[in-house]
Amino acid sequence: MTALPAVSKKKLGLVIDLDTCVGCHACAVSCKEWNAGGIAGPLTDEKPYGDDPAGVWFNRVHSYEIEALDAQPAMTLHFPRSCLHCETPACVTVCPTGASYKRAEDGIVLVDEDKCIGCKLCSWACPYGAREYSPVEGVMKKCTLCVDRIYNENIPEASRQPACVQACPTRARHFGDLGDENSAVSKLVAERGGVALMPELGYAPVNRYLPPRARRAGAATPASPPAENLETKELPSLLRWLDRALSR
Amino acid sequence: MSEPSLDLQKPVGDELKQTTCYMCACRCGINVHLRDGKIRYIEGNPAHPVNRGVLCAKGSAGIMQHYSPARLRKPMLRTGERGANEFREIEWDEALTLAATWLGETRARDPDRLAFFTGRDQSQALTGWWAQQYGTINYAAHGGFCSVNMAAGGLYTLGGSFWEFGEPDWEHTRYLMLWGVAEDHDSNPIKLGLGHLKGSGAKIVAVNPVRTGYGAIADEWVGIRPGTDGLFAFALIHELLKADRIDLDYLVRYTNAHWLVVQNPGGADDGLFARDADGQALCAVRGDATASPHPRPLSPGERGDEILLPLGEGARRADEGNAVATNLIPANTPDISPRIVGDVTLPDGRRAVPVFHLVAERYLDPQYAPDAVSDRCGIPADTIRRIAREIAAAAFDSDVNLPVAWTDTHGRRHASMRGRPVAMHAMRGISAHSNGFHTCRALHLLQLLLGAVDAPGSFRYQPPFPRPIPPANRPGKSRGADGKLDAPPLGFIHGPEDLLVDAQGQPRRLDHAYSWSYPLAVHGMLHTVIRNAWAGDPNTIDVLFLFMANMSWNSAMNTTETMRWLTDKDEHGEYRIPKIIYSDAYASEMTAYADLVLPDTTYLERFDAISLLDRPISDADCASDAIRHPVLSAPEQAAGRDVRGFQSVLLDLGARLKLPAMTEADGTPKYRDYADYIVRHERAPGVGLLAGWRGEDGSQSGKGAPNPAQLEKYIANGGFWREAIPASARYYKMANRDYLEWSAKLGFIAKPEPVVLQLYSETLQKFRLAAQGHGPVQPPAAQRERVATYFDPLPIWYEPFEGAQTTVADFPLSAVTQRPPFMYHAWGSQNAWLRQITARNYLYLHPSLAEKQGVLDGDWVHVDSHHGRITVQAKLVANMQPDTVWTWNAIGKRRGAWKLSKNSPESKQGFLLNHLISDITPRGDYANADPVTGQAAWFDLRVRLSKAEAQDGSSPQFAPLAGADPSDAPLRYGAMFRKSK
Amino acid sequence: MHPAFSVIFFTTLSGAGYGLWFWTMVAIPLLDDQARHSGLALLVPLALGFVLVAVGLSSSVLHLGKPLRAWRAFSQWRSSWLSREGVLAMTTFVPLAYFAAASFSRVPFSNGLGGVAALWLAVGSIATVLCTAMIYASLRPIPAWSHRLVPAVYLVFALHTGALIALTIGLRTFAIGNEGAALLILLTSMLAWRLKRRYWQDIDRGVLPVTRNSALGLPADREIKQFERPHTEANYLTKEMGFVLARKHSRRLRLIAVLLFALVPALCALPLWFVPMAHPTPLLALACASALLGTFVERWLFFAEAKHVVMTYY
Ligand SMILES: Nc1nc2c(c(=O)[nH]1)N[C@H]1C(S)=C(S)[C@@H](COP(=O)(O)OP(=O)(O)OC[C@H]3O[C@@H](n4cnc5c(=O)[nH]c(N)nc54)[C@H](O)[C@@H]3O)O[C@H]1N2
Ligand SMILES: Nc1nc2c(c(=O)[nH]1)N[C@H]1C(S)=C(S)[C@@H](COP(=O)(O)OP(=O)(O)OC[C@H]3O[C@@H](n4cnc5c(=O)[nH]c(N)nc54)[C@H](O)[C@@H]3O)O[C@H]1N2
Ligand code: SF4
Ligand code: SF4
Ligand code: SF4
Ligand code: SF4
Ligand code: SF4
Ligand SMILES: [Mo]
Repeated sequence: MTALPAVSKKKLGLVIDLDTCVGCHACAVSCKEWNAGGIAGPLTDEKPYGDDPAGVWFNRVHSYEIEALDAQPAMTLHFPRSCLHCETPACVTVCPTGASYKRAEDGIVLVDEDKCIGCKLCSWACPYGAREYSPVEGVMKKCTLCVDRIYNENIPEASRQPACVQACPTRARHFGDLGDENSAVSKLVAERGGVALMPELGYAPVNRYLPPRARRAGAATPASPPAENLETKELPSLLRWLDRALSR
Repeated sequence: MSEPSLDLQKPVGDELKQTTCYMCACRCGINVHLRDGKIRYIEGNPAHPVNRGVLCAKGSAGIMQHYSPARLRKPMLRTGERGANEFREIEWDEALTLAATWLGETRARDPDRLAFFTGRDQSQALTGWWAQQYGTINYAAHGGFCSVNMAAGGLYTLGGSFWEFGEPDWEHTRYLMLWGVAEDHDSNPIKLGLGHLKGSGAKIVAVNPVRTGYGAIADEWVGIRPGTDGLFAFALIHELLKADRIDLDYLVRYTNAHWLVVQNPGGADDGLFARDADGQALCAVRGDATASPHPRPLSPGERGDEILLPLGEGARRADEGNAVATNLIPANTPDISPRIVGDVTLPDGRRAVPVFHLVAERYLDPQYAPDAVSDRCGIPADTIRRIAREIAAAAFDSDVNLPVAWTDTHGRRHASMRGRPVAMHAMRGISAHSNGFHTCRALHLLQLLLGAVDAPGSFRYQPPFPRPIPPANRPGKSRGADGKLDAPPLGFIHGPEDLLVDAQGQPRRLDHAYSWSYPLAVHGMLHTVIRNAWAGDPNTIDVLFLFMANMSWNSAMNTTETMRWLTDKDEHGEYRIPKIIYSDAYASEMTAYADLVLPDTTYLERFDAISLLDRPISDADCASDAIRHPVLSAPEQAAGRDVRGFQSVLLDLGARLKLPAMTEADGTPKYRDYADYIVRHERAPGVGLLAGWRGEDGSQSGKGAPNPAQLEKYIANGGFWREAIPASARYYKMANRDYLEWSAKLGFIAKPEPVVLQLYSETLQKFRLAAQGHGPVQPPAAQRERVATYFDPLPIWYEPFEGAQTTVADFPLSAVTQRPPFMYHAWGSQNAWLRQITARNYLYLHPSLAEKQGVLDGDWVHVDSHHGRITVQAKLVANMQPDTVWTWNAIGKRRGAWKLSKNSPESKQGFLLNHLISDITPRGDYANADPVTGQAAWFDLRVRLSKAEAQDGSSPQFAPLAGADPSDAPLRYGAMFRKSK
Repeated sequence: MHPAFSVIFFTTLSGAGYGLWFWTMVAIPLLDDQARHSGLALLVPLALGFVLVAVGLSSSVLHLGKPLRAWRAFSQWRSSWLSREGVLAMTTFVPLAYFAAASFSRVPFSNGLGGVAALWLAVGSIATVLCTAMIYASLRPIPAWSHRLVPAVYLVFALHTGALIALTIGLRTFAIGNEGAALLILLTSMLAWRLKRRYWQDIDRGVLPVTRNSALGLPADREIKQFERPHTEANYLTKEMGFVLARKHSRRLRLIAVLLFALVPALCALPLWFVPMAHPTPLLALACASALLGTFVERWLFFAEAKHVVMTYY
């Protein structure tokens, strides 16, 4: 299975809007919550109440500081990182067991935990850090694109989307078919100049990130009549309000 | 090989329960999916008005909170010394008997000897009522240390407020200013709103010393110096006044801008409104103006004098050669063009000027010019000027007008709703300072000058607001024969006569709320309770009864002393605070200090009412309330624990105490439990905790007889009720007839009368007059200057006390905290998932400051305040104001608390800024609080910093609480669901 | 990258084993008739090689999360170098089995079948080592591993350590004599050193092929600093990929490695050449032990010094 399937027409993935993300970690925790009891669960936590707690997360939210440019003041940037469901991912091809595979029908990259031997090779092969090994379970885990939600007819249609997308309070996360150029996500990517991460590595990620819009600090002086330049030291400035015919 | 076959059609759970989240006070609707009796998945309820399907990090981690090992299991009686965390588990019967005995003896002696204070709960509709029935004046919830400056500033100005009583018009705003907001209670609604604004292209400006969270996505970040927002607001007002970019029509329609203020320095009426015989405030109109027939004749001399301008020496005639006579008529007369500047001589010869005149005079003063405030605020003057221009442009040059016809309270039809699409929202960055009340009023003044309160695109009221200014209910003061207080202990002060002071003018309440020190402390002052109880100031107490407040730790100032006060003994070896009863759901730092612990359920196991009588969850378009109900099966819930919902326990105690309102004539309890109370209790005829499905058949909203099936109706409707405001009633609510009638019909206000917004607060002036020696109730001499200074009827700015009473040389830096979006105060750290995000906190410094101090990223630093020292690990970040340091709030934990290992990063490296925050001012004469409202001034903290040797962990450290470390076994939550079909 | 001892153990030992097998096969044509016919002489190196390979393999299997499923690793030879390595490793056991059977049944090695088996084992050994190398060399996210010299390094170290073992256990006496042995040691030591020096120079210069900006999808012109990690405590990624080795330790360890894998063996080889010696075994054993130890350090560094691009996020 490790051989990649023919490139599917359907390329399901996420579009994450870095302009809107406030770094609240809601996506990360809802992901953990859904998947803990889903097809990839449990997302085991070690020393959950101890000195160095660590667990499996499919989605981790980083925070950065972007230094100022002349045109743009310093910014804080939040950046959620999860599997990009690459089109040509080495995480799949390196897998010796076939546990790691890319679904032919929609391009979702998954791990079949029943086959996985826990060699960690796929996690080394993923440049995006999207694979998480659980020493307790002895197998590799990763984002499932909530495959057990998005097709699940027991879930109301409007909620048939990844947990992280459903939860995101700013609605900075979008899910859809990036192989269909008419899909809402593809249009969003086109409109906002969505980018792929580290394209130079050749993994051809499906997920896209929408870069932050230019911040409008003081750039354009808004059209407004010039200030009246009152000499405030003199009280007659109040005079001009004297004859205002106000309507009450 | 073929792809494995996946079971993609597995139902989420086998049961779905819809209730209300309480991982924080935002109160989102949640769908709780259960499988085999266990919680499988909690998701946002898409139909819920608060969160519309989204869910925050805390909400998603509810599973881990519910199954937390730190949950209390049974009532506990202290066995060791207080504070050692040594207890014996007891049965409920014993616990309740004991509590009832303590409370009964205390009540018999003097009900005020019970201090009943509640924290983060939202049961004030019950707890306040209970305190009233018990008869103690010593009751409050946590608002006093939280954001009462916001509440009071708003309620005394707008009849509504920021906090969770209003919201920006997310749909229509073009310009949003966020002042000192990190998370706020409207956590998900704000995030939904910001996400929307990002798409709509509105400009977002974050005024905050730190640029994280909401500030990260803001278009512009104004890195202000803490405590100076009032000056910034005044400079904006100055610019708007100068440029005449003011909505004068709005001001005279909806505010008291044209009301005449008596100018009689030294007189008992100085600064009060000129009123007619009926008490109607007057305004001046030109004599030739055709005023509509006013309702009743004016008092003698209805004709005022001509307008005079205060031009220094000898008043000069305003319109020389063209003198016009001036009419004095009631200010609420419609269709008039009142004067807003100029001197008026009242018929009795007194001088008066319109409110706006005073406003313009004060804020046009050069001391508030951008150039004058720029240095102190740390904001370039050009930026201030530009922002003033931008907000004016957004307010006045945009074409946001809603084609919705509406009728004002004078019965006049308006074809559309004119927009003023500048919205403001502010929270604790403003309120947690000792000048916060006035700063909050300054922001409201700014909004009002722009006409940007409840206009399309601006700040909007959420029902049940607006309410009369100030709201009618005054605090209870005296007890009847049945021992009951004449009104609930918390209420609104209308003047000095409403204060709770004794004949000498000294505080009556334990927390000193409603005293001359903090007259408008309308939420009480939880932060002074423990010191005063220990000191017996004004009196000793018998029982301290606390609920859901971690008062020995992260909600305390001066933590070290607080822990000592809680355990201190008198000369007879008795605890100075004789009895402490505490209800918590988890093994917090505070449980260790209780004599008797009443274990509460988790939020998924009990009935709760999210009531309009308390902190409403309405939004600007609809009124809403909600419930919580037990979502787990009884056996599942009982497994290994025997806990009870605190509200039910409280009712049980009330019945055991035979409080009349909780006992039938035959002595049996009146209410089976809280659920029964929610349904049957009526506050006033037809008004109960829940507004939905009232009336015997459930057909009424707002008011109506109790409906025995009410809770079932709520449960069937996803746990909430909402009623949309009619379209014609959604804006200008303070003067919108349809709205006010709707509001009265639902019982939110007594009468559908307009609410006139108060630029100038006569209530404040009454206190100032008292301080100047007028009126029957006057402050003691020692307090006069303070009251006279801080009860300015127009917003003022002053240096926050801690800064004013220390020097910049000693303490050059401000230190503040922020809410992490994924933690709720202390509760989050017991959560196996949330604590992985932040298990320790750092002190964030600006690189330029670090360079000056020779501090490198990761170094340890000493941080000193006038009160103490902490030694903590530093991190360098540039996204902040350089003279400020900050950290995440409430990450630091006491060793042994929350069932975390004793060397957990939270306790070993984590820390609280609270160890540095004194509960009194440096001078020691008052609480570290706002002089008007008593709001705790957490963010006044001033510090200095020095490099420390590398440390093993943070300090101070306190003796670990007794208890075994948790097991290090891995947590495999969810494994059982994978197997189950 | 986190230097996992099992993997370091595995690559070092199995490399030495395959090298030993390779040299043993090379030696067959050089053996005298008696030895060639008896086969017993070959049994010792073959068996020792087997021990090394088997210990290495089992240590790597034990390192798996699910050792019992290790058999599954043979299935994906079409795409996975790890799978290929496994398959090839298994195939080398065929000629090995043949040799074992042949020597017990006293079938001479020099017949045609023996030739085929020898060729198989020699080529198989080299191929297996190359597959091991390719597991790493094919990982683009770890530039220090996907470096073009990595296969050569793996091969040379296998040959170097394999040769030293072979010489130590006496293969020398049949064929090349002390001088030959010395020459071989000097040659492989030199080669290993040159290769590693070149490799280290490269990776010291080598910057990651990606920047934080491209990792975040942002324009290249903005400087981006970390503000907060997703989690304050360590996690799988930071432990596995985020291993950082202080530069000064790395310098020292490189020196130690070179000393052990090249200098000591070379110094041991010199007397072998110049001083006639009846029993050079102690010297060879010293060289051999030192080289193995040196390779161990080298391998440890190979892991510990490699940076994974995912750390641009941290
Ligand atoms: N330095 C600094 N200090 C601050 C602030 C700050 O900004 N900076 N903010 C202040 C503010 S605004 C606030 S509101 C306070 C908040 O501080 P607290 O009100 O003390 O909030 P928590 O720490 O969350 O504590 C509430 C307690 O309620 C318990 N609890 C949780 N759920 C339940 C339940 O269902 N039932 C019962 N009975 N108990 C429960 C928790 O276990 C905990 O012990 O902190 C204040 N302290
Ligand atoms: N996730 C989460 N949500 C919460 C809570 C929680 O603990 N966790 N707590 C709830 C509670 S009890 C409350 S009271 C609310 C509080 O909600 P917020 O008001 O959002 O609370 P804080 O985090 O105290 O935020 C104060 C902000 O003001 C900034 N600030 C400090 N001083 C100044 C100043 O002088 N001027 C300006 N302009 N800014 C300043 C700080 O940098 C910080 O960003 O949040 C509620 N919501
Ligand atoms: S992001 Fe990583 S794990 Fe996901 S498909 Fe790409 S390479 Fe594989
Ligand atoms: S860890 Fe599992 S999924 Fe990853 S490469 Fe190894 S066998 Fe394949
Ligand atoms: S798509 Fe699903 S599995 Fe992937 S990050 Fe989102 S919630 Fe997690
Ligand atoms: S939930 Fe949305 S806003 Fe929050 S961190 Fe994730 S993507 Fe960002
Ligand atoms: S904001 Fe989060 S924690 Fe608070 S009620 Fe909503 S979902 Fe729950
Ligand atoms: Mo609060």
